[in-house]
Amino acid sequence: MSDKQKKELRKILIALGVFIVLMVLDKTGTWPAVFGDRWLSLILYMIPYLVCGWPVIRKGVLGIVHHQMFDESFLMLVATIGAIVTGENSEATAVMLFYQVGEWFQDYAVDKSRKSISDLMDIVPEYANLENEDGTVETIDPDDVEVGNVLVIKPGEKIPVDGVVLTGESMVDTKALTGESVPRSVKAGEEIISGCINGEGLLRIRASKAFDDSTVSKILELVENAAEKKSHTENFITRFARVYTPTVVFAALALAVIGGAVTGSWMTWIYRACTFLVISCPCAMVISVPLAFFGGIGASSRNGVLVKGSNYLEQLSMLDTVVSDKTGTMTRGNFKVTDVLPAEGVTREELLRKAAMAEGMSTHPIAVSIRNELQTEIPGIELSTNAVTDTDNITGQGLVAVVGGKKIYVGNARLMEAHGISYVPDGDPAATVSYVAEENKFLGTILIRDEVKPEAHDVVMAMKNVGVRQFVLLTGDRKAVGEAVGNEIGADVVCSELLPQDKVAKVEELLSDLNPEKQKLAFIGDGINDAPVLTRSDIGIAMGSMGSDAAIEAADVVIMDDDLTRIPTVIRISRWTVGIARQNVIFALFVKVLVLILGALGIANMWAAVFADVGVAVLCILNSMRLLTIKKTI
Amino acid sequence: MKKKFKCEIDCANCAAKVEDAIKKIDGVNDAKVNFMMQKFTLDADDARFDQILDEAIKTGRKIEPDFSVAK
Repeated sequence: MSDKQKKELRKILIALGVFIVLMVLDKTGTWPAVFGDRWLSLILYMIPYLVCGWPVIRKGVLGIVHHQMFDESFLMLVATIGAIVTGENSEATAVMLFYQVGEWFQDYAVDKSRKSISDLMDIVPEYANLENEDGTVETIDPDDVEVGNVLVIKPGEKIPVDGVVLTGESMVDTKALTGESVPRSVKAGEEIISGCINGEGLLRIRASKAFDDSTVSKILELVENAAEKKSHTENFITRFARVYTPTVVFAALALAVIGGAVTGSWMTWIYRACTFLVISCPCAMVISVPLAFFGGIGASSRNGVLVKGSNYLEQLSMLDTVVSDKTGTMTRGNFKVTDVLPAEGVTREELLRKAAMAEGMSTHPIAVSIRNELQTEIPGIELSTNAVTDTDNITGQGLVAVVGGKKIYVGNARLMEAHGISYVPDGDPAATVSYVAEENKFLGTILIRDEVKPEAHDVVMAMKNVGVRQFVLLTGDRKAVGEAVGNEIGADVVCSELLPQDKVAKVEELLSDLNPEKQKLAFIGDGINDAPVLTRSDIGIAMGSMGSDAAIEAADVVIMDDDLTRIPTVIRISRWTVGIARQNVIFALFVKVLVLILGALGIANMWAAVFADVGVAVLCILNSMRLLTIKKTI
Repeated sequence: MKKKFKCEIDCANCAAKVEDAIKKIDGVNDAKVNFMMQKFTLDADDARFDQILDEAIKTGRKIEPDFSVAK
């Protein structure tokens, strides 16, 4: 609670206390001489009225000066004065009092949800420890860190800017950035991202970016700007408010004039008009929608998903088609040996070792995967590369290396055929097949596959459960590979052998089949080379992009770590958010219209009007705040 | 030039009204009054930026007397 709020609350409570005492005395008829007299009672009721209503009166008067006829304070002022004129002193005070209670509550709630967003802003580092050239350390503002500066990060401190670790080793907590609760280990030579919290070790890092360009600043800016990209619902309600208030005010005027002129009982109709004025304030509706979306964006952030605008959150709730890239998104993007099929009389180990020797220190994914497999099979094995005397890479076939004086062939069928080696063909279409031979002797086959992420299938199913109609897998890979992966994860459609530009065309084709108003298309990619597709889709979702500026830039929704399960979670959050925003709008409109009608008929009094304004606002706010309690759902 | 300021604005509807009014000021390319974040963004002509900023604040105050911007 801020100081201003405390002060306001005190005033409201004092006014409320005085008001209750007055009401009790008034209604029990203790002082008939005082309360029977209109003027004396007015003076008494003016005490709580002025205590709590002063800011409203001030603003209302300023509203007149500045010709702001539809200002909330001005309308409240007119309505309460109207009530006083018609002799309803206690109601006038009550309206002012409860209006202020509502305003206070609104303020408090908004503050509260703002704070829950800024818990995310906890990632903001307050200082940096700069190590000077002479070895002394001074504390400076993160803004003053220059690229190339050496910074010391003590245990428990936040990493102020993006950088590279020079010395030290530690586990860093990335929870605030990614939602991932398992700390990540960093050591010398590795990159480190601002906003993480250092664990037990002491780190020295070299700043590679200034504070403004660091991940932390980027993320903060995104979150701040997210509220500016408005949802349809929000735009609708702001536009509606622009029409609503003048309409109700003029209706009030008409009611007083026509009603009074026809029946002659002016006071009754002025009182009814005043109830209209109380209901004419639009703030309850106007605040309830952005508050809901704000809560939704906050809930997503806490789940490690940055949604760049309320509009994207709204679109996520209408998701019909999800298109995903294969490599690096649904698969790990690293190749792994899945089958080792030695020929007769050859051991697994021999086959793997010979292939690994021939591949040498190559960084080609196939070479790396064969080496890794050998390492897991025989931990601690050292491959001497000295034995390799000659290596010849043959594009599109494989390689031939001379190891210990003998020629080793590692490659595809074409390589075997080119050298007249008889081999046992393998039919697995989804794998990259490497045949291995020594001189003319076939040693066996090694099958290598890109590993499908273990959670991919569950995630596709979970997306379907939350309402996604079709899941389309796009890949530049061969058809057989694409289909195999598609089957494994449960894709509805697989499109293979696509060039990058074909992916855009494919997405456009899919988009043309959808109803642009109601059915949205999302593309999931790694954000590195899918920028055009990410932009073309209704919602571009970038994966595993913590620290990748390009991805954060191009995507609308950024999954901070590599965890696919966050996608169904954010879809669910979006649906919940949109649901709450709608409930608020419909509820607020319904109550307001109902009370307007009842007020015109003289059934609803000003108490009901205050409820329609303030009560509804409070209920809508409470409804929206439910979103702040969402935890991870999968 | 585009600049962001911390601001104080009390209600969502006033924020929308203030934003609309500031957008209409001559020399303002774009303006945003972000109620949830309490941020005011002004995009205006470089040469007269300070002058436009003052005018924007004045306009905002007329609509919402409690509108204030931390320069």
